[in-house]
Amino acid sequence: MSLWIDKYRPTTLENLTFNQGLSRKLKNLTDSDFPHLLIFGPSGAGKKTRILCILKELFGDGAEKIKIDQRSFETQRKKLDINIISSKYHIELTPSDVGTYDKIVFQELLTEIAQTQQIDADAKQRFKVVVINEADEITRDAQAALRRTMEKYMSNLRIILCCNSTSRIIEPIRSRCMLIRVPLPSIDEISTTLQHIASNEEIHLSKSLADKISLQSQRNPRKAILTFEVMASQKKKLNDNVEIPKVDWEQVIDDIVGKIVKTQAAETLSTVRQKIYELQSHCIPPSLILKKIALGLFTNEDIHSKAKFDIINSATHYDHRLRTGRHSIFHIEAFVSSAMSAILSTKY
Amino acid sequence: MNTFFQARPSSSVNVHEEIPQPWIEKYRPKSMESISAQEQTVAVLKKTIESQNLPHMLFYGPPGTGKTSTILALARELYGPKLMKTRILELNASDERGIQVIRDKVKNFARTAVSNRRDSDYPCPPYKIVILDEADLMTQDAQSALRRVIETYSKVTRFCLICNYVTRIIEPLASRCAKFRFKPLDISNTTSRLKMICEQEAVNYSPQTLEELAKLSEGDLRKAIMYLQSASKLHKKEMITSESIREIAGVVSDDLINSLVESAKSNKDETQLEEAVTKVIDSGFSAIQILSQVQDRILDDFQFNEAQKARIGEFIGQFDKYLADGTDEHLVILNLIKVISDTNE
Repeated sequence: MSLWIDKYRPTTLENLTFNQGLSRKLKNLTDSDFPHLLIFGPSGAGKKTRILCILKELFGDGAEKIKIDQRSFETQRKKLDINIISSKYHIELTPSDVGTYDKIVFQELLTEIAQTQQIDADAKQRFKVVVINEADEITRDAQAALRRTMEKYMSNLRIILCCNSTSRIIEPIRSRCMLIRVPLPSIDEISTTLQHIASNEEIHLSKSLADKISLQSQRNPRKAILTFEVMASQKKKLNDNVEIPKVDWEQVIDDIVGKIVKTQAAETLSTVRQKIYELQSHCIPPSLILKKIALGLFTNEDIHSKAKFDIINSATHYDHRLRTGRHSIFHIEAFVSSAMSAILSTKY
Repeated sequence: MNTFFQARPSSSVNVHEEIPQPWIEKYRPKSMESISAQEQTVAVLKKTIESQNLPHMLFYGPPGTGKTSTILALARELYGPKLMKTRILELNASDERGIQVIRDKVKNFARTAVSNRRDSDYPCPPYKIVILDEADLMTQDAQSALRRVIETYSKVTRFCLICNYVTRIIEPLASRCAKFRFKPLDISNTTSRLKMICEQEAVNYSPQTLEELAKLSEGDLRKAIMYLQSASKLHKKEMITSESIREIAGVVSDDLINSLVESAKSNKDETQLEEAVTKVIDSGFSAIQILSQVQDRILDDFQFNEAQKARIGEFIGQFDKYLADGTDEHLVILNLIKVISDTNE
């Protein structure tokens, strides 16, 4: 018994339902000489699924037999461990796990992989593939270390970088890769998928409800399928009027936004602080909290347009500080209080 | 027994030929003549080959202008392909290059005398070359450690430092080298090179597409060739279109940018602005790209006066810094749109 997400995850390029044009292009790629890839797009768009499909297309079923190891590296001061997922043909790693020491991972591990050839003589391809997750979190130094490795060991090694945005990938890396953009699927595509799952699970799901779920998921298929599964497990019968459950942390955010709009005072700040701490203790990332509060305020109808300008300005300002600073709570609170003062100043 | 000692059919050589190379390696210039667009630098270097007295060199310039290619071609002309390997030490950012490596590896290589072996077809001057690629990423300490090494062993070793930003090379090191600047390639140079590759690889192209490609690559020939190869792989034997080039380069379509800016200009309602931004973000384009294209669009827009453009420009500078530090892209683009809509009022 697995989650529907995993159960209905496509495993071949032909079965991919979203972005058909892109899948065709990828298929063309795997037929001929395969380049380094840089796959980017919003989360939930299906980047990872595509990578797995590409690997399967390149190497056949062998790429699905994976094992997880831990490798350790010695630096002058510290011992580092990194988890590696590998099959006979590929290795998958997340160098940002070791923070600023990620350069060492590339210098040691990648060069080691690059210098050895494919062991399996029957392999379909002569090269191995290294999948690098969260490539936008890698430090600049580490990215620089990749540059020459990518050129020099092209005969043994292909790199697939996977990230949410190319903004923080340095230019020399971008110019060495083929850029593949994976956009989020449209509402229609998601509802079709939902209905496909529903018919396989023998649940009745009307078109309008499927549309409603997809709309609420903000075009994120992962979220849509999870929501649908939760709904299906709660109630046996789904008619059009069923309320779609909102994730509970989003309700808390809505609550915070409501409080800020209602009264702008020091007491609000302290109740908001309570809630933010609560969210953080449930592992909601601080940047997401800030973003959701900002968007909630920005689209709120009771706030004057002038105040919204200040709100969105301070949102980016404090988000920037949050990323470069240390204690996230300070910056979220600073944002909340500056938003409140912006609202107050337009009231009088 | 006999068979054992007989020369085997050289299978390894054949295998090597089979391996498909990326075009950027395949069409890397093999000789000094074939380096495009850097006439001045090439002319100076050729003179030095004739006199056989190579100075220490510092190559600098933007990526994809042929710095590494030039030094490799130079080495090939000096030593020939066979001897090249023993006479050259190439270190780049993917090798550890702390102060310890400079002290051990580089120093050891630099001080050994050159062998007498020579290839009669090539000049083979009696010194070796150390190439330090991406030298601007070396630490200050490592650079200082190089200072004396360069001077002491200059009889048997010449250094070539390659970097993007000459300002990050410490002054004492820079003053020991002859500086060569590599300028970005102009459109005609890039197109002629691309045309040559297209003909050799039998790629189906139109001149407009190549021009578009040259424009998008911003003087970076490596990027242009890489895009060309990617496009040709996607299209197989079909004609390469401008759209696919733009898609590969990650350029946002003009329609999308236009609709974004137009909605910023016409809409007062924040919810609609939010929707417009979400649409762009969901299609997965990078915020930096959106930022630069929106800027181009604003600069050409006669509906904004100079003061308004200046105000938006100031914000864009700020946003670029935010994005480089990893601020949420959605928030930044939303802020940008709000600034434009606010300025327009």
